[in-house]
Amino acid sequence: MFNWINNQIFKMEWLSNLVEKFVVNICNLDINSRLGASIHFFIYDSIKIFILLSVLIFLISYVQSYFPPERTKKILGRFHGIGANTLAALLGTVTPFCSCSSIPLFIGFTSAGLPLGVTFSFLISSPLVDLASVILLASIFNWKIAIAYVIVGVILAVIGGSTIDKLHMEEYVEEFVYSSNQLDSDVDELKVKDRIDFSKQQVKDIVKRVWKYVLIGVFIGSLIHNYIPENIINSILGKDKWYSVLIATIVGIPMYADIFGTLPIAEALVAKGVGLGTALSFMMAVTALSLPSMIMLSKVVKKKLLGIFVILVTTGIIIIGYTFNFISYLFI
Amino acid sequence: MEIKILGSGCKKCNELEENTKQALKEIGLDAKVIKVTDFKEIAKYGVMTTPALVVDEKVVSKGKVLKKDEIIEILSK
Repeated sequence: MFNWINNQIFKMEWLSNLVEKFVVNICNLDINSRLGASIHFFIYDSIKIFILLSVLIFLISYVQSYFPPERTKKILGRFHGIGANTLAALLGTVTPFCSCSSIPLFIGFTSAGLPLGVTFSFLISSPLVDLASVILLASIFNWKIAIAYVIVGVILAVIGGSTIDKLHMEEYVEEFVYSSNQLDSDVDELKVKDRIDFSKQQVKDIVKRVWKYVLIGVFIGSLIHNYIPENIINSILGKDKWYSVLIATIVGIPMYADIFGTLPIAEALVAKGVGLGTALSFMMAVTALSLPSMIMLSKVVKKKLLGIFVILVTTGIIIIGYTFNFISYLFI
Repeated sequence: MEIKILGSGCKKCNELEENTKQALKEIGLDAKVIKVTDFKEIAKYGVMTTPALVVDEKVVSKGKVLKKDEIIEILSK
């Protein structure tokens, strides 16, 4: 029963079969030919991601409507030490978050007296481990990988944040952040209808924001899948190449894309024999760090803290990549 | 009446500004619409999710793009 649900609902085998019929009977292409397989990958992956994305974001936004940043801030204020970091990382996965809100949120958390490290734990986990992306990971790979991804993502956020705590970087935050005297704004009480409206709006907003990235990602994925020779990919990113994780991470950092756009690329890379850890490093680097988000952050923290943040996260991602490559036989 | 739109200049903030201007036009209210993009200023209002709408120094909405009709409802109060 679980298998049936997993294959038909999450992996959407019915859709794969339907698209195969379309490619074979209507386009008159061999499903094993390059073009046929590329078209199949492109249509099937795009439709699958959009269906899952819409349904998931709706459900998840409903849960998220219970955790506005104001409430998260209040909850976090009651905890201390590593417990607060862990909770921040976990709440980061359910608090609705848009990168354009990251600065007001940073100021809100910090000026409310939350330790800097706790805020950073939140900022690391929020874009990295998103509930929707976890289910997509399960759909494209499998549940073991999805769950492992959440665990390492949260651990990275906890360790990153705790390290920043230990380094006492408070003086590297711009003055005005502390002096901004925040009013304790109330959490709006919501009715069921408000929550449904919020969830619908989130679906619209997110689909509007990410559809380009998804299509580009799926397109690149289908190219990798069928046109780029396997030996070229393997000579750069192959499992036996010690520098593969390093390259994947460094290439991914400046890129700005949504996790939904990077998943099809990771999928195609793994299918071509690239290590699971290498593909995950690429995904994490793209989502957790990007030029636009660094430029935003540089407005509230000084260069030194920003530098440490980037180095910490990068190192974490690289370690995760090598670890996953080393133990990937457990997952695939 | 003084209306402020708080936001770092992202797309959503522009949408909110546009909707607010239309709402004002529709009910024939002559109010000043000021866009606040400076983080220091935004932080003063205790807002953690942008865009936010401020009417006469009071935060009336945050974290969402209000539709024209919703803004009219708020302004008529």
